[in-house]
Amino acid sequence: MMIFKSLLAGAAIGLAISTSPMAIAATPDNVLVVAMRIDDITTLDPAESFEFAGGDVSRNVYMKLVNFDPTDLDAGYKPEIAESWTVSDDGTTITFKIKEGLSFHSGNPVTAEDVEFSLQRAVLLNKTPSFILTQFGFSAENVAQTIKADGDTVTITTDQPYATSFVLNCLTATIGGIVDKKTVLAHEVDGDMGNEWLKTNSAGSGAYSVQAWNPSDSVVMTANPDYYRGTPEMTRVIIKHVQESASQRLQLERGDIDVARNLNPEDVAGISSVEGVKVVDELKGRLMYLSLNQQHPVLSKPKVREAFKYLVDYEGMTQSFLKGQYTVHQNFLPQTYLGASSENPFALNLEKAKALLEEAGVDGLELTVGVREAQERLEIAQSFQNNAAAAGIKVNLTVGTGKQILGQYRARELDVYLGAWGPDYPDPHTNAGTFAFNPDNSKEANATGLLAWRNGWDTAGLTEKTAAAVVENDRAVRAKLYDEIQAEFRETSPFIVMAQQIEQNAMNEKVMNFSGGQAITSASYWQVTK
Amino acid sequence: MVSVTSQPEEGRKSAPFPAWLRKFLTTCGSIAATMLGLLLVTFVIGRVMPIDPVLAIVGERASQESYDAVYHQLGLDKPLMVQFFYYLWDVLHGDFGNSLLTARPVSQDIARVFPATMELATLGVVIGMFLGIPMGVLSAVHRGTWIDQTIRVLTLVGYSMPIFWLGMMGLLLFYGILGWVGGPGRLDIFFEGLVPSVTGMVLVDALLAGDMDVFWNGFSHLILPASLLGYYSLAYISRMTRSFMLEQLSAEYITTARVKGLSERQVIWGHAFKNIRVQLVTVVALSYANLLEGSVLTEIIFSWPGIGSYITTALLSADMNAVLGGTVVVGLIFICLNILSDLLYKIFDPRAK
Repeated sequence: MMIFKSLLAGAAIGLAISTSPMAIAATPDNVLVVAMRIDDITTLDPAESFEFAGGDVSRNVYMKLVNFDPTDLDAGYKPEIAESWTVSDDGTTITFKIKEGLSFHSGNPVTAEDVEFSLQRAVLLNKTPSFILTQFGFSAENVAQTIKADGDTVTITTDQPYATSFVLNCLTATIGGIVDKKTVLAHEVDGDMGNEWLKTNSAGSGAYSVQAWNPSDSVVMTANPDYYRGTPEMTRVIIKHVQESASQRLQLERGDIDVARNLNPEDVAGISSVEGVKVVDELKGRLMYLSLNQQHPVLSKPKVREAFKYLVDYEGMTQSFLKGQYTVHQNFLPQTYLGASSENPFALNLEKAKALLEEAGVDGLELTVGVREAQERLEIAQSFQNNAAAAGIKVNLTVGTGKQILGQYRARELDVYLGAWGPDYPDPHTNAGTFAFNPDNSKEANATGLLAWRNGWDTAGLTEKTAAAVVENDRAVRAKLYDEIQAEFRETSPFIVMAQQIEQNAMNEKVMNFSGGQAITSASYWQVTK
Repeated sequence: MVSVTSQPEEGRKSAPFPAWLRKFLTTCGSIAATMLGLLLVTFVIGRVMPIDPVLAIVGERASQESYDAVYHQLGLDKPLMVQFFYYLWDVLHGDFGNSLLTARPVSQDIARVFPATMELATLGVVIGMFLGIPMGVLSAVHRGTWIDQTIRVLTLVGYSMPIFWLGMMGLLLFYGILGWVGGPGRLDIFFEGLVPSVTGMVLVDALLAGDMDVFWNGFSHLILPASLLGYYSLAYISRMTRSFMLEQLSAEYITTARVKGLSERQVIWGHAFKNIRVQLVTVVALSYANLLEGSVLTEIIFSWPGIGSYITTALLSADMNAVLGGTVVVGLIFICLNILSDLLYKIFDPRAK
């Protein structure tokens, strides 16, 4: 109902705006005002933050050992707090030399001790994103030995000789943010390592500090005059929570905001022709997929799995209701990731699907598809439902909130799940390690964090190949391994990856160098000019 | 006052408390029982809903160990009634717990979002009342004429038009095209933080600080959503007023008043209207209570950080502490408005004493 109302409102206002001329006003030249949905921010602590909007704030507030340059994202990670690093002969220890002359917003210098504290703290707090670090074998028991400061260096010792690029890519994630040890410990309560305080405050050394966060309302950030790259031109960044696409569009057209980040396709189409406004597309990491529960006696048949891959109208969807928001992509690694394949062999083919189903002896199949109550997902689900019906499969949609559907999905209770997956860190293992990795498929293993396990799929040998790829140090060889894994995955897996997200940011044409972070990282503001 | 000595033969014992105290205690008991019932029902519904509060904390990617740890930490492994008594104990100590969504105490969140709703609802109901009542009276007095028909159409539009659509159109016309009012949000960004937050209501805080620029900017943002809510409540208030007035105008005492030669103004406002005030108190109080619950769609369209969207977002995210805290506030609103209505009855209708 809410979706219907939103659609109707969007359509109505879109129609009205399209016929009414409006002039662009302007925000001050040194202030960037961004409108987006920020009601997913639940904490500002980098050891805990794991949401999209929170990632944006964190990227601008906290520096990391290594990080991405928003003006050259293709170059991959570059030194930030680390000046340089060396890897031990056995490949398990990386020693970082800390750059001199960096300081936190408090004025305290950034030291190796702060790096040691921040990374140890992330492991010890054991919050949701801690797996990004603990997958290297760090634990509460060993972290004092595995992450160690010594003078102006910090050494990180992993339990296996992982690919260096894998470890460093993970350190660019939000959880790799380095906090000001002195400031944080000054606010420690009951041994929480400052977690309660850092949820709503900041203690970083990045381009901005958080001046205020009003949940579901706004985040105000102030430029750090001592930022090592120089004081950002935007001395204040104001991120306003504006839920409705039509409201974001109106405010952009009125000149009350500089950037609108959540416009729907109708509003993007409408605003594209407005003078003084430009729309910038960025490929994001989110994938839309369908998955077939392999505990189901029919869905586990290889011919049935294959048939389902021909029941999706990939082109039709991305050319109609997903136009501009998604592009066809049938691999578990998003484009721009190391080793990402651009092969998209499947297309809607009802005859072929019917033939495959017949070969598998399927007749009168009835399935339940779990889907979240989100406009784009519902439209995909309805499109799939129609195609399935044409092939003789009755699909019942179970629509619910994210939490409702996820609960069933994690408990392996759904026949088919329609959902989205976004990478956790900018390394291919982030997706390979969940789509194509499942060392123990038994119910008792309860590996609910792995998508392969949720669908009861034993990966047919891809688990071992994924494990081999993550320790391969040669970049070219590693990329080739992932390419091979994806080729096999496309043919044999019960996953039907359909599309990759495109983010369309509409902005005042005076805004230059804005970066939403593409598929690999979050938005950054220090380089923005007007 | 109850006199004990006046009826000694019936063996009544001496009343331990004066009547007013007894009434006060009875009222308090009734409020406490209502609140307890409200909390219990909301708590149970929250726990049996197919939404997983643990997933809301640990996230989709969490391992089973992390999930189990939080499950235990939240006390969800305990029997439902035990969980409820723990919660009740905390509430009685003024602790509604922390919100999962905002990482802050729920009481602090409510102190932030409720004044925003209160400011909006108060202006909304004032607009609804001051336009709706005269329109209702006018409609009744000119029953069946073009005036009545025009008012009927206007109120019907307010009643039946989806509020989100009206909001969007209003925003487009008055903000987007004409530029007469402020856009979504409570203030222009450059006015935010200029006056200290004392009551949480922008207009009141601006007046307290004596900053008229902030006041007028806040007013320009408030007037459109408040008018929208006012229009919505106006429809209800004016329809009810018309109905009450028609009943009074057909009564014999009105004919008598006219026969006595009283002016039409005296007949309508001095006699008929006087007799519908008690009923109107209930109508206005109900309208106000509805607006104070928060109008989710209006809050979303106008990016108004009020209690309606707070509770709705909390509910969809399994943030039960926030839902329960919000429910207590909404419950208290209804109770307070009920008490206020009772007091107003006594002022408007001496028989109620």
